[in-house]
Amino acid sequence: MIDQLTVFLENSEGRLAKLCRALADADINMKALTIADTTEYGVVRIICDDAERARDYLDQKGYRAMVTKVTAIEVPNRPGGLADLLGVLDDLDIPVEYGYCFSTAGDRAVDILKIRIASEASKAVFKLEESGFRVLTQKDL
Amino acid sequence: MSRQADVLTMPREKIEQVQLEGLRKTAVHCYEDIPFYHKSFDEAGFDPYSIKSLDDVRRAPFVTKQDLRDNYPYGLVGVDRKDVREVHMSSGTTGVATVAAYTEHDLKAWSECFERAFEFAGAGPEDVCQICYGYGLFTGGLGAHYGSLQSGATVIPISAGNTERQIRVLREMGSTVLECTPSYAMHIADTALAMGVDPAKEFHLKVGIHGAEAFSDNFRRELERKLNYKVLDIYGLTQTGGPGLAVECLEQNGLHIAEDHFLCEVIDPATGEVLPDGEWGELVVTTLDRQASPVVRYRTRDITRILPGECACGCTHRRIDRLQGRTDDMLIIRGVNVFPSQIENVMKTFDEVSSWYQIELTTKNYLDVATLKVEANPDFDIDSTGAIEELQRRIQAALKTALSVGIRVRLVEPMSIQRSEGKAKRIVDLRGENLK
Repeated sequence: MIDQLTVFLENSEGRLAKLCRALADADINMKALTIADTTEYGVVRIICDDAERARDYLDQKGYRAMVTKVTAIEVPNRPGGLADLLGVLDDLDIPVEYGYCFSTAGDRAVDILKIRIASEASKAVFKLEESGFRVLTQKDL
Repeated sequence: MSRQADVLTMPREKIEQVQLEGLRKTAVHCYEDIPFYHKSFDEAGFDPYSIKSLDDVRRAPFVTKQDLRDNYPYGLVGVDRKDVREVHMSSGTTGVATVAAYTEHDLKAWSECFERAFEFAGAGPEDVCQICYGYGLFTGGLGAHYGSLQSGATVIPISAGNTERQIRVLREMGSTVLECTPSYAMHIADTALAMGVDPAKEFHLKVGIHGAEAFSDNFRRELERKLNYKVLDIYGLTQTGGPGLAVECLEQNGLHIAEDHFLCEVIDPATGEVLPDGEWGELVVTTLDRQASPVVRYRTRDITRILPGECACGCTHRRIDRLQGRTDDMLIIRGVNVFPSQIENVMKTFDEVSSWYQIELTTKNYLDVATLKVEANPDFDIDSTGAIEELQRRIQAALKTALSVGIRVRLVEPMSIQRSEGKAKRIVDLRGENLK
């Protein structure tokens, strides 16, 4: 499991820019960012170095931020990489709340999955590793 | 009830007789001794000498806060300045201050009215009361002080502020009666808990007499749980002589008006028509016994209703319901009257959100659209959009049940609701601005 920084933002002009500026000021480097948005608000999910420090900094700046545990899995950077991964979870009947991928240079990509129930998440990790996937820890990033 | 039992259990006919005498006396006093009333009664064609029944008060014109301000400072004082023993003033935060003057007689009447809170609570000489209303021009401090002295209790006039000292005194001096605003009582309780003091165990409180602010039933329960005592509401306003106009008894079902001192009516704020008992409207007060600052039909802007029926406590004076806010705060959303306090009551049942909220009113296709903005508490799981949507839906449903009008609920970022001096700006009405 790795740390993800989640920030609740109003869906209005300039909010995301402001958030990113705040993170830059705190010297936080982002590896991935995704937004679940509605017309009224957005939930911004970020993979970065030191999510805890980022959360504390944002708290202090008046943001609603939290650190969430998510599962990060390395998959081959080729067609069907993610399909294979999700297939394993589907066979186990483990629901995935949300997910996103980021491709780094090279032949590997990283998929981030949120599995709501902790016991299900550890079951998933076990099964994925058994199926040959590499589940990443914080220091792998 | 003991010290004033005769007055508090007077038969209705007797109360009404006292009221009629008081009304006649006050109307004539105002007419003869205060030029403002002489003029306004004449203009309205109201003859103060023609009063035959209590209903005749309805022929008298209303007096508003603006009238009081216009006559600042001594314009509405009905006695010689040398007979005025004390003067209080409203804070004047929204304009010029209004003045309440007291003769010796008025101060005594005020003490007795406030003392009824002690009668109802069963408190008296054996009690120690800690008064943490602010002393000074605010009627709350000295009103509580005089009322408490009148009860025979031991008085600790600690005034407001220095919460840690309040807590020390509450523990060490054995205070059994706490007198302050409800929000300050909550602040004391929370501060004690943060200091590692459990007020329910380490304080000695029996009763809290909390006025000067409207508070919800949920707020009362929370106070009672934290401080392990009974909370009684007390009502009054500077313009009618301060707290003690109406006081709650242990039934906690409405506040008994001091009917031997005040004549209360409830009117429709829009038309000025007097409403039947049980209907909500604006409270209008006529003093029956005041010498220095009498008022006839003062419009309080406070929303309440006369509670029909007798109270189980045995007091024969009629009751008003807990205050539901002020006419200035009342919102009309799609024709439905909504008071911020109703919304607050709903919000308090949701642990997931803070007590900061804001209602934004806009117009869409000629219809009012009300949006309630709320802030999630820090431990709410904002990572789950499902949880956010579900919370919004649940609050929306609870509001619909409580208010009979649909209000959209929107979770917003912390601190995005405007605050001024610790108070949230509760209502943003943009309906006039986007009609086009």
